[in-house]
Amino acid sequence: MIALLDYGAGNIRSVEKALRFVGAEVQRMASPDSLSGAHGVVLPGVGAFDDCINSMQRQELLGATRDWIRSGRPFLGICVGYQALFERSEEFNSCALGLGVFGGPVVRFQPTAGEPALKIPQIGWNQVELTSDKCPLFQGIPTGSYFYFVHSFFPKPEDASVVASYTQYGKPFASAVWKDNVYATQFHPEKSQANGLRLLKNFVDLAGR
Amino acid sequence: MLARRVIPCLDVHDGKVTRGVQFGRAEEGGLKSVGDPVELARRYNDQGADEMVFFDITASAHNRSSMIDVIERTADCCFMPLTVGGGIRTVEDMGLMLQAGADKVSINSSALANPQLIHSGASKYGSQCIVVSIDVKRGLDQRWEVFSAGGRKNTGRLAVEWAYEAVRLGAGEIVLNSIDADGTKAGFDLEITRRVSESVGVPVVASGGAGTLDHMADVLLIGCADAVLAASIFHYGTYTVRQVKEHLAKRGIPVRLV
Repeated sequence: MIALLDYGAGNIRSVEKALRFVGAEVQRMASPDSLSGAHGVVLPGVGAFDDCINSMQRQELLGATRDWIRSGRPFLGICVGYQALFERSEEFNSCALGLGVFGGPVVRFQPTAGEPALKIPQIGWNQVELTSDKCPLFQGIPTGSYFYFVHSFFPKPEDASVVASYTQYGKPFASAVWKDNVYATQFHPEKSQANGLRLLKNFVDLAGR
Repeated sequence: MLARRVIPCLDVHDGKVTRGVQFGRAEEGGLKSVGDPVELARRYNDQGADEMVFFDITASAHNRSSMIDVIERTADCCFMPLTVGGGIRTVEDMGLMLQAGADKVSINSSALANPQLIHSGASKYGSQCIVVSIDVKRGLDQRWEVFSAGGRKNTGRLAVEWAYEAVRLGAGEIVLNSIDADGTKAGFDLEITRRVSESVGVPVVASGGAGTLDHMADVLLIGCADAVLAASIFHYGTYTVRQVKEHLAKRGIPVRLV
């Protein structure tokens, strides 16, 4: 069973549908009580970093997620659920502390003087360049594949060895990370048609249905 | 590299996709039914559409509940970005559409009547969710005026100024519809598209007037749009999404071919 952390993120239904589509048994979890029965945990997200962290804190999901990751069991973060793994965000007025699983800040794209100017947020399909062919999440997905992005911020991991893929927008940024059993993507696999479904299936396969 | 997007738009009335010419209105009987929205959405999903827009053209309470049903059923089978517009007047309306499976909501007349709605929506759901759709008509002296109420009412605002204001209030994307070009298949209004795209820092989607493959390429290359939206040419099967993208690729535009 895959536990889908339900802290009020707007896109939870889409993530739930996509996980079910690839064969997972899914349960929404709004409190940490029943995490122990899960094979994998998915943290979805859309919107603001602080909203995500504060809601998780209120529902006692923050500590439970940290414990889950520490125990080495499979975890997938999506979009803001990826950013939440880092220490802090440079979003306007942000003061929440992230999970701190990875070192580094979450920063905003910087408009460039170049032609054409960089539009922010990045909205649309962009290519994911894999750093190796080893990452289990990307099995069967060739480097250069397109995924759907919609975001203004992205994490800058201190440790480059955790970066599973880079994507070019102005400059290259870390569009996915992988360390042990922790996976996270800035793009939305649940909205990325066949490539996204393959990625989710890979996660469900490695975690167990 | 970020691909330019090709977006089919489905105008929904009473659970059916319809199409009018130049802001034709349902109550005037000027609409043709072109099919079941979920069936069309599936077809465009298979053709590699980058996103889909569902537009509630009557925006009545009855139509809203049928729209929620359409979005839910589409999101069950199409794992791609969905935008809903038409009749969204409050932050609660936005929430209903996002919960149903939409990724973005598009507001037009309601934002003109109450610009704070942009700010409230962006604060609650993030700028990336809030699309402001702008209907413009070319006036005298190279001025493009903004119309509300489905093109019926001149607001006295100017297109570039309103787009800039909408972005300042938190809009994460602008859809620019040319009333003059809509439904004519005579090409997009390249000039106002370029002016708006160059004056805001968020993506701009060009809408209204797609008739040929070169129209789509021109509005991306000359109009500097980030995406193209079209209805008739897809609904009537003039071109598939894939044919459009292959043509754009030939003209050197980055697209996602699947």
